[in-house]
Amino acid sequence: MSAATTRDAHDDAHHDDHHHHGPEPGVMRWVYTTNHKDIGTLYLVFSFLMLLLGGLLALGIRTELWSPGLQFVEPDFFNQLTTMHALIMVFGAIMPATVGFANWMVPLMIGAPDMALPRLNNWSFWLLPFAFALLISTFFMEGGAPAAGWTLYAPLVLQGGANLPFAIFAIHLMGIASVMGAINIIVTILNMRAPGMTLLKMPLFIWTWLITAFLLVAAMPVFAGAVTMLLTDKFFGTSFFDAAGGGDPVLFQHIFWFFGHPEVYIMILPSFGIVSQVIPTFARKPLFGYESMVYATASIAFLSFIVWAHHMFTVGMPLAGELFFMYTTMLIAVPTGVKVFNWVATMWRGSMTFETPMLYAIAFVILFTLGGFSGLMLAIVPSDFQYHDTYFVVAHFHYVLVTGSLFGIFAGVYYWLPKWTGNMYDERLGKWHFWLSTIFVNILFFPQHFLGLAGMPRRVPDYAVQFADWNMVSSIGGFGFGLSQLLFAWIVLQCCRGGKQATAEVWDGSDGLEWTVPSPAPYHTFETPPAVR
Amino acid sequence: MTFDSRLFRRWIHRASQAAAGLAALAPLSAAYAEWELNMPRGVTLISREAYDQHMLMLWWCVGIGVVVFGAMFYSMFRHRRAAGHAAANFHHNTFAEIVWTVIPVVILVLMAIPATRALIVMEDTSEADMTLKVTGHQWKWRYEYLEDDVDFFSSLAPESREAIYSDPYATDNYLLEVDNEVVLPVGRKVRILLTADDVIHAWWVPALGMKKDAIPGFINELWTRIDEPGIYRGQCAELCGKDHGFMPIVVRAVPDEEYVAWVDDRHAAQELVAQEALRDWTVEELMVRGREIYITACAACHQQNGQGLPPSFPAITGSEIATGPLDAHLDRVMNGKPGTAMAAFAQQLGDSDLAAVITYQRNALGNAVGDSVQPSAVRAAR
Ligand code: HEC
Ligand SMILES: [Cu+2]
Ligand SMILES: [Cu+2]
Repeated sequence: MSAATTRDAHDDAHHDDHHHHGPEPGVMRWVYTTNHKDIGTLYLVFSFLMLLLGGLLALGIRTELWSPGLQFVEPDFFNQLTTMHALIMVFGAIMPATVGFANWMVPLMIGAPDMALPRLNNWSFWLLPFAFALLISTFFMEGGAPAAGWTLYAPLVLQGGANLPFAIFAIHLMGIASVMGAINIIVTILNMRAPGMTLLKMPLFIWTWLITAFLLVAAMPVFAGAVTMLLTDKFFGTSFFDAAGGGDPVLFQHIFWFFGHPEVYIMILPSFGIVSQVIPTFARKPLFGYESMVYATASIAFLSFIVWAHHMFTVGMPLAGELFFMYTTMLIAVPTGVKVFNWVATMWRGSMTFETPMLYAIAFVILFTLGGFSGLMLAIVPSDFQYHDTYFVVAHFHYVLVTGSLFGIFAGVYYWLPKWTGNMYDERLGKWHFWLSTIFVNILFFPQHFLGLAGMPRRVPDYAVQFADWNMVSSIGGFGFGLSQLLFAWIVLQCCRGGKQATAEVWDGSDGLEWTVPSPAPYHTFETPPAVR
Repeated sequence: MTFDSRLFRRWIHRASQAAAGLAALAPLSAAYAEWELNMPRGVTLISREAYDQHMLMLWWCVGIGVVVFGAMFYSMFRHRRAAGHAAANFHHNTFAEIVWTVIPVVILVLMAIPATRALIVMEDTSEADMTLKVTGHQWKWRYEYLEDDVDFFSSLAPESREAIYSDPYATDNYLLEVDNEVVLPVGRKVRILLTADDVIHAWWVPALGMKKDAIPGFINELWTRIDEPGIYRGQCAELCGKDHGFMPIVVRAVPDEEYVAWVDDRHAAQELVAQEALRDWTVEELMVRGREIYITACAACHQQNGQGLPPSFPAITGSEIATGPLDAHLDRVMNGKPGTAMAAFAQQLGDSDLAAVITYQRNALGNAVGDSVQPSAVRAAR
């Protein structure tokens, strides 16, 4: 930190003002910032905007699916909606939100003054707005946005128009951003822990993020490779995925899912970490089975690299291949089960209270487990032949991604918001947000199990009339869930502006270094490392 | 978007139905197809295997859920601070942790054994009585009966297509009806070979119990032996572009004698088409036939009125090719344009159909070139 480039005015009385400084005034604070808290805030705000945009696209989908027949959008635009909804939610909302948590909380939880590579940190955030500007601009191009699904299967995706190179370049930028972010997190965790904090003393959130970061470094380049091969197939005459030129369309799926399955754990592991912080706090009891939690997370991460073809049981694999991927996929249930049992055992004989973060954490455990159950069913190849590419799959991954990842993120926001802002959020409104979200999300996604089992394929703009009723129920849930998120925005905004002053500990059961600094956490923390017993 | 009062009334109707359905769970019974909850049991060995595995897994999950969530809710109820419960301080119990690692492994083995057995049965395509080759096209299916020498295309029924923008309730089997059904004999083991012409599709009839991808350049296999005569409906299950939601599959399973009679009918019809291609057609005949072909084979992309959906699908009205020299027009339709969605129709349509549709494009849809093409000219161009 060079004092020459920044002003020295600083009002934080907790530190000697030897060489540190406050934030840059005005907007440039956010552009130039290398402060982990500022960057964390940027990530979180960005991801919330993307959540709203992705949600808007989803409401477009649910509007068209409200009743049979085409009323609002044309089939091609419908496909653009599903594709962009998924790309924006996965890469714009969920992933950046978890990186926002990592930025805010990793230094605070391991007692480090900042991230190890602050300039890289600034850059990995600021690539994102450009990546998404590129991606979203495809809506306004000739032929519109990508419409081949977020899985970008060749050869369909190669029929796309002008959007393809833009979407691919956007994906490259996102990939570079996530890999840089992940490297930063790994380096920070491995090198900057407070003295005395051995690996097995790290909070579980740190563990889950450390493992997530390794997954990111391993998986994102694979995705970048896959889309680059699409690019050369389309524009430079290669035929990686074109059977007529000696290529193989299924090869794309193998490469995509070799990235895609770890990707789903990239999205869920940080939420596992958050929930593992929240439940002990409100059960007033230490996390049960800490070490087995760590090992379970690591085994899930390892297994995530050998299960990819369970997304493609219908491509015509040999029997032995189908059996292998069925067995490995089923195996994931073991470490995942361990985690769920440990959370329940943490609650067991605790002294529980049910503030909003705890409510979200409990809903996470239940609803994520439901998504896990349908995942286990999907692993069973004989019945997967029926489930595959139906709304049953749509229901499954929305249970793990919305009531899983997103609910974990909500739990984390309510849990740490007082630490970030110095104010308590409105607990009554928080509970309203929880109950509205939880009720509507189930009205939205539970009936989709029925639709899939009854035979409705996914990614269709229109359907036979026997699917009409559940689709309408699902759409009602969709609108309710979408609107409930405006309440969330209001609660957070209100909490930033004021409210009851939060103490340093915030929660009476809280435990960990982040609760030893004042609320709001000063611009610079842990300039002298704390001691960890 | 104009306001459509009929649409609005239908919504009110559906909404009241939905409300009634939620209020009284009675209509949820299986009798009420509209509130369907579960996988169909189907009419083949394969579909019953899939169904049995599905139900087995469902009950396992229900059982595990009852135990885990039961413990959780018990704890949430008893171990509340509001109920005066003080927190214990344990954070470890090796025995419990071993137990809840080992028990799931045992359960998984119990799940895997029947699943493996079922899968082996399902993947056994050997010793088939007949072979049906299915090719996915954007957005229709081609069916070739390899032994019986029957060959035809099957696309969304025109009544369904017309209902998309009007009233889906006005037609039977909306979106699940085709112009040409696949007819299969009951009780015979049919090996189905799957491939595709353009992008990946997936052939799926839930009552037959299996879906598989149809992939360009590759051939996949599945098999079926239908037990009961009947009509079974399904859809393309892999996103294949704009009209992915509009390429249904209808299988009619019939007793052996009826199947043989159907094959004979097909042969006679194919023979007639071949004969017809040898004679000269009047312009009127070409235009009438051309309109039919245009609507089933071309309108999905170029639209019924010929305006297309630029930039992806060009207009035929005023198109330089469709109003220019005949040779170029013939070439584009017969050989398509590689790398685009415009397929080579020489492989899909007979001589008279090609002659008819080209004549139609040149003299309808706002075009008035004035010339026409005979089947013999198409034959010469092959
Ligand atoms: C799956 C979509 C699709 C279907 C079905 C289809 N076409 Fe096309 N057609 C296209 C596309 C895309 C092009 C533009 C190709 C290019 O880039 O030049 C095209 C171009 C054409 C052209 C040249 C138009 C011009 O001005 O460039 C003609 C003529 C034509 N099609 C005739 C037909 C006929 C006749 C049929 C039915 C037998 C048919 N098409 C069915 C997609 C389709
Ligand atoms: Cu997966
Ligand atoms: Cu298809």
